[in-house]
Amino acid sequence: MTSNQAHHNYVAEGRTVGFFTDPTVCIGCKACEVACKEWNEVPEDGLIWTGHSYDNSGSLGGATWRHVKFRETENPVGWTFLSDVCKHCEHAGCLEACPTGAIFRTEVSSVYVQDDVCNGCGYCIVGCPFGVIDRRPQPLPGAGGAFKCTFCYDRQIDGLTPACAKACPTESIQFGPLDELHARADKRVAELHARGVADARIYNPVDTSVGGIHAFFLLLGPPEEFGLPPRPEVPTVYLRGAWLSAAMTSVLALAGACLAFALL
Amino acid sequence: MPGLGTSFGRGGATTAPSDLVNSEAILIMGSNMAENHPVGFQWVIEARERGAHVIHVDPRFSRTSAMATIWAPLRAGSDVLFLGGLINYVLDRGKEFREYVVHYTNASAILPVDVQDSEELGGLFSGWDAKSAKYDPNTWSFQRSPAADRKPPSDATQNPGGHTKESGARAADLADYDRDPTLEHPRCVYQVLKRHFARYTPDMVEQYCGVPKERFLEIAEAYCSASGSEKTGAICYAVGWTQHSTGVQIIRSAAILQLLLGNIGRPGGGILALRGHASIQGSTDIPTLFDILPGYLAMPKFGPDSSTLAAYINRYRDRTGWWSNFDKYIVSLLKAYYGDAATRENDWGFGWLPRVTGDHSHQAYWLDMMDGKVEGLFVMGQNPAVAAPNARLERKALAMLKWLVVRDMVEVETASFWYDSPEVERGELRTEEIGTEVFLLPAAGHAEKDGCFTNTQRLLQWHEKAVDPPGDARSETWFMYHLGTRLKEKAERDPGPRNAGLNALTWDYSVTGVQREPRVEEILQEINGYTGPDRTPVGGFGELKADGSTACGCWIYSGVFPRLGENRAGERHSRSAYGHGWGFAWPADRRVLYNRASARPDGSPWSERKKLVWWDALSREWTGLDTPDFTKTKPPDYQPPHDAEGDAGLAGDKPFIMHPDGVGWIWVPDGLADGPLPTHYEPLESPIANPLYPAQQINPAALKMERPDNQYARSPDPRFPYVMTTYRLTEHHTAGGMSRTLPHLAELQPEFFCEISPELAAERDIESGGWLTIMTMRGIVEARALVTPRMRPLRIDGKTVHQVGVPYHWGSRGLVTGDSANDLLAISEEPNVRIMEAKGLLCDVLPGRRPRGAAALDLWRTHMSHSS
Amino acid sequence: MFTQLLDGWPLAQQILHGRDGTGLEARSARTRALSPKNHGAEFARSVCPYCAVGCGQLVYHRDGKLVSIEGDAESPVSRGRLCPKGSNSFELLTHAGRQTRIKYRKPYSTRWETLDLEDAMDMIADRMWDTRERTFVEERDGQSLMQTTAMAHLGGATLDNEENYLIKKLFAAGLGMVCISNQARI
Repeated sequence: MTSNQAHHNYVAEGRTVGFFTDPTVCIGCKACEVACKEWNEVPEDGLIWTGHSYDNSGSLGGATWRHVKFRETENPVGWTFLSDVCKHCEHAGCLEACPTGAIFRTEVSSVYVQDDVCNGCGYCIVGCPFGVIDRRPQPLPGAGGAFKCTFCYDRQIDGLTPACAKACPTESIQFGPLDELHARADKRVAELHARGVADARIYNPVDTSVGGIHAFFLLLGPPEEFGLPPRPEVPTVYLRGAWLSAAMTSVLALAGACLAFALL
Repeated sequence: MPGLGTSFGRGGATTAPSDLVNSEAILIMGSNMAENHPVGFQWVIEARERGAHVIHVDPRFSRTSAMATIWAPLRAGSDVLFLGGLINYVLDRGKEFREYVVHYTNASAILPVDVQDSEELGGLFSGWDAKSAKYDPNTWSFQRSPAADRKPPSDATQNPGGHTKESGARAADLADYDRDPTLEHPRCVYQVLKRHFARYTPDMVEQYCGVPKERFLEIAEAYCSASGSEKTGAICYAVGWTQHSTGVQIIRSAAILQLLLGNIGRPGGGILALRGHASIQGSTDIPTLFDILPGYLAMPKFGPDSSTLAAYINRYRDRTGWWSNFDKYIVSLLKAYYGDAATRENDWGFGWLPRVTGDHSHQAYWLDMMDGKVEGLFVMGQNPAVAAPNARLERKALAMLKWLVVRDMVEVETASFWYDSPEVERGELRTEEIGTEVFLLPAAGHAEKDGCFTNTQRLLQWHEKAVDPPGDARSETWFMYHLGTRLKEKAERDPGPRNAGLNALTWDYSVTGVQREPRVEEILQEINGYTGPDRTPVGGFGELKADGSTACGCWIYSGVFPRLGENRAGERHSRSAYGHGWGFAWPADRRVLYNRASARPDGSPWSERKKLVWWDALSREWTGLDTPDFTKTKPPDYQPPHDAEGDAGLAGDKPFIMHPDGVGWIWVPDGLADGPLPTHYEPLESPIANPLYPAQQINPAALKMERPDNQYARSPDPRFPYVMTTYRLTEHHTAGGMSRTLPHLAELQPEFFCEISPELAAERDIESGGWLTIMTMRGIVEARALVTPRMRPLRIDGKTVHQVGVPYHWGSRGLVTGDSANDLLAISEEPNVRIMEAKGLLCDVLPGRRPRGAAALDLWRTHMSHSS
Repeated sequence: MFTQLLDGWPLAQQILHGRDGTGLEARSARTRALSPKNHGAEFARSVCPYCAVGCGQLVYHRDGKLVSIEGDAESPVSRGRLCPKGSNSFELLTHAGRQTRIKYRKPYSTRWETLDLEDAMDMIADRMWDTRERTFVEERDGQSLMQTTAMAHLGGATLDNEENYLIKKLFAAGLGMVCISNQARI
C-alpha cells in the first residue's frame, strides 16, 4: 500500500507532514479539486468558461482549495498540468497577520483556519504572498469568512490521508512526512536530469522569509512560468522596519512639534 | 467486440490494466486513456517510469498525449492504414515472433486458389454479391476443409447480427486444413498477408495518415521491438477505434499485429479494449442486445435453422474446441428462463423465444420509430436525445411514440424532449401536438442497491447496498420484478400459446423490506447456475449439462456463486499479482486470456522474465501466476486422436481454445461481414478519395441508412471541408446526466467548446474564447471556440486537411447546458456490430453564434444548398 | 471546573505556557473536538458507477444516510484512487436535482403531473399488454415467430448484471420483444 493510502499516526506523533506535487505524472484530471470539495463541503464557485485551456477553476480562493494549472507549449507541442494548493508555509503570512487567533499551526505543522473564530477581517488575504487564502463571496455558504486548504486536518486526526492525495490517480500529489518527501523529491529530480529533463527543479523557497513551504513542487521551468513567485516574502518581515519608521516618524514629529512651540 | 472474438475466440479485453506494468511498449490508439480511464492510466504511468515506451497516436494532442513518450497526429479514419503500416514493417523486416506465429496462429494455413484478396479485386474480397450488397463468407475457408464436415452456410448475410461472432462459434468446421509450417507456400496466410499489406509503406502512412515518416518509423521500431521471448507490448483502444464504419477491422488490424509479434496471452501483452461504462462489458455478456443471448449464444433467427432446438444447435455447435459444449449452455439457459415448464418434449421451451427477423438494433428500430412503427419504448439509464447519433432525429422520433417510460436519476433530455428541446425551440415540434404519454420514474443509485458490475477487464465486482433509495426511486431490479409479476398475472388469465413463455418464466425471487426489494443474490445465483430441485449451485460451466438437469443464466459467469453463501463477485482479499481473491473474472477467474500462449509449445515459459502459466511435469498439470486458460491436466504434447471432439479435439499446444483449430486467427475464415482481412477504406464522409482503391471508397458492407432525414456529404465536399471527430472529457460523463447536473463537475467544464488549430481559426476568422458554429449534413450547433496548437492541420496527399475536435456531453437540461454534438452525426452501421461512425466526418465551421429558433435551420439549409 | 475553563481559554493557555497564540493553544472548543465526518460510520464496499475501470469505493453511512464516499485502498484495480467523477459520487447520490417522485405527462399535455408509484406500475403494465396484444405475431409461414416489434427497450451499460438479466429475461424470453439495445452496441 502506498503512503497515500496507508493509515498513519502523524498527529499523535507531532510529525511535520507535507505535499510533494510532481507534474511529470499529472494527467490534469482535477480529481484533487473534486475530492477536496466533496470532503470539505466546499461549494461550487462559478460556472464560468474561461477559454484558458481546460482551466475553468481560475485560481485558488475561498471556495477553491485545489487548482490544476494548465500550460500549453509549442515547438514541440506540449501540455503540462500542476495541481496548486495552499503552501502551508514554514513562516505563514496569513497566520502572522491574523488578529483573532483563528489561524494556528497544528501538530503536523500545517496552517489551519478556524471558521468559528474568523471574523472576516481579511488581514490574512493581504498577508499571503501566494494569493491563496480569500474571503468567500455571497451567496456561498460561509460567505464573509476566510477559507483555504485545511490539509484535511480532520482526516489526519483519524490517521487518514488528505482527500486530494488519496484520490490522485497517478500519485502526482504525494502525502507523507515532510523530510521523507524531500528525499523522494531530490531523487526524482536526479532521475529526471539523468533522463535529459534539464529543466526539472524543486520549488521550495527556503532562503526567503517564508522559510520553505510544506506543500512543495517539482517544476519544469522557472516558477514564474507556473504562476508562482520566485521570491515570496511574508509581509511581516517588513514589520520591524515599519515599526522603526513609525517610531522614528513619531519621535521626529514630536521633536518638530516641540521645536515649533519653542520657536513661537 | 467481434474483432477480438474472431481473432482469438472471445469478445473481451484479453488482459487487465494492471498488467500494463509488465509491458515494454504500450500503444494507445483510438483512445484517450488518461482522460477517460484516469485511474486505469496509473498502470501506464508506472510502466513508463520503468522504461516502457508509451506511444499515443491520435487526431488530437490530449491529456494522454501529454504523458506519452511518443505522440503522432493522425487523420481521423486512417487507422487501418497506420496499423497496416506497422504490419508491413514487421513483415518487411522479419520482426515477427516466428515460433509463436508458426505454432499459435493460422499463418501457416493454405488458402484455396479461388480465394482472392482485396489487392487482387480492386478493394473487394472474393465472394461479394453486388445485388444483396453482402459477402458470402463461405468463400474464405481454407484448402481441404472436409466437405462432409462443412457446416451449413453461415447466415451472417441473410440475418445480420454480429455479436455471436465473438465466440467464433459460427465458423465452419475448420480443424483440418492444409498447412505449411515454413510459411513459404505462396497461398499460405503469411504470404497472402505480406502481399495484402505490401502497399502500406511508411511513405503511404505519411501521405495519407498525416504521420511524418520519421515519426512513424520511430514508433514502429519502438513498438515492434517489444516482442520475442523477453519482451511484450500491449495495445489499448476504445471508441476511437470502434466508432467507425470499419471499426471491427481496425481492431482486427491490431489483433494481427499482436499475433505476429507474439503478444497475446503473455504478461504485458494483449489487447486492452477500454470500455466506457461501469457495466458495459456486463451488458454485452448478459446482453440487453438484440442478436445474442447470455454468454454470446445466438438469438434464434427466423428460418429453418431455428425451427427446432436440434437445428439451432447443429448450426452453432463446433465439433472441436470449447464451443462443442454449445448445447449444454443453451439448454441450461432455457431451464433458467422457463424452469420446470421446459421439458425435453417441448424442446426446453426453445419455441417460446422470439425470433430475430432483421436488424433490431437501436439505429434500426429508431428509424422505424421515426416512421411511426413503434408504439412503446423503455429507456433505462441511457440518454439518446443527447448521446445517440443524429440526435435531432432521435428526439423527433420520440414524438412518434404512443408511450415512453424513462428511468433515470435525473430528468434527462430524453424525458423532456416534448417541452424542452431544440425541436420545440425551432418549431419543428409543438408540445400540444405531441401525443406521447411519458412516464419518468426515478432510479436508485449504485450505493442504494445490491448487484454486480462487470468492468473492462471482465471482472465481476459486487457493490453493497448502503442506504435505501430516496422517495419513490427504486432499482431496475425492483422495477423489472414488479412489472413482471403484473404481466405474469395478466398472462395467467390468458394461457394461450402467445403467453406460453411468460407463463413458464421462472419469477419466484423473494423480496425483502418495506420497499419489497428482490434479493439480488438470488438472481446472481440463477446466473451462476444450479442443479436439482433444491437449486444447488454449480461450481462452474464444466458442470453444465444438455439433459435439462442444470439451469444457468449465463454460462461464462458460471463459477461466480459456486456454493451457497459464496458470492465470489463480493470477494475482497486480493492475494496475487493478478488480483485473485478480489472479485471474479470470467471465464473461471482467468485474468489473462489465452495464457497457454505464455509458454512454449513444450510447456516451458518463453522466458523467466515473461513467465505466466507453465506445465509442471511433476504434478502433471498447468500452474503459474494466473488460472490457466486451458484444460488443467492436458499435457503440452497431447495429440488428439482422429475424430476426437470438443476440447479433446485440440492438441496440447493450441492456446486459443474457443477456436475449432485452437490457434489465433490472422485470417478470419468466417464470422465477419466485411472481410477476412482488414483493408483500408475511407470513412463514409472523407476529404479524399481512397488512395488504395479508387473503385471502392468505403467499406462495401457498411450501412449508410441514407434517407432525407439522414444525409451524407460527398467525399470530398466543398460545403464541408473539415474533418470532425467527437470525444469525451475527463470532467464529464457521456450525455451529462451524471455530470452536468452536479455542481462540482459542472464547474470544471461549464460550456460546450470546440477545439481548432490557430491555422483554421485564421482561415475562418475565429477568435479564441469567442463562438463558432459547426454544420454538417445533419445539423447545426454552436460552441465556444478554443483555439489551440494541440489541434494540427495535416498534410494529406499534398493538401492541408484541418481537423475539428468536438466533445459531445452537452444538452438542454442540467446546471450547464449547450448544443449537442450528436446533432451533427449520421446514423450509420458498421456491418458487424451496427455502431455508428462518430469520428472522421465532414463539417464546416463558421465564426460566431448560430441564429436562434427556426432561423438556425434556415442558415443550415442554405449552407447545404450551396453548389459545388 | 476552573481548570477546564483555563484549558479551554486560549489566552490563559498562552500566558500559562508561554506561547504566542499561533499554536495548539489557539484552538477553539470546536477545533479541539474535531473528527472526520466518517468517524465510526459503517461502510459498504462498492464500485464506482462511472467508467469501466471499476474502481473500488467505500460508501460511508450512518443511520440510513450517506456520509461520504472515497476510494477503497485495498482494491487491486484502483489502489484507493478515484478520478474527478468517481470522487464526486457522493454528490451524484445526494444533489438537489435528483428525481425522487414520478413525473407523468399525459398525451398532448404541456406539463408534468405527479403519479403514485404503484399506479404508474399498473399503467405501464397495461400499456405493454395493450400494445402487445395488438402487435404480437405468433408464427409466420408455419414457423414459430413469437415476437413483437412495436415495443422496444434501450439501456444497459450503466445497469447491474442482474438488472440486464431480468430485462432480457422478461422482455425477450417472456414478452417476445426483439428490439432490445444499449450503449454497448453503440
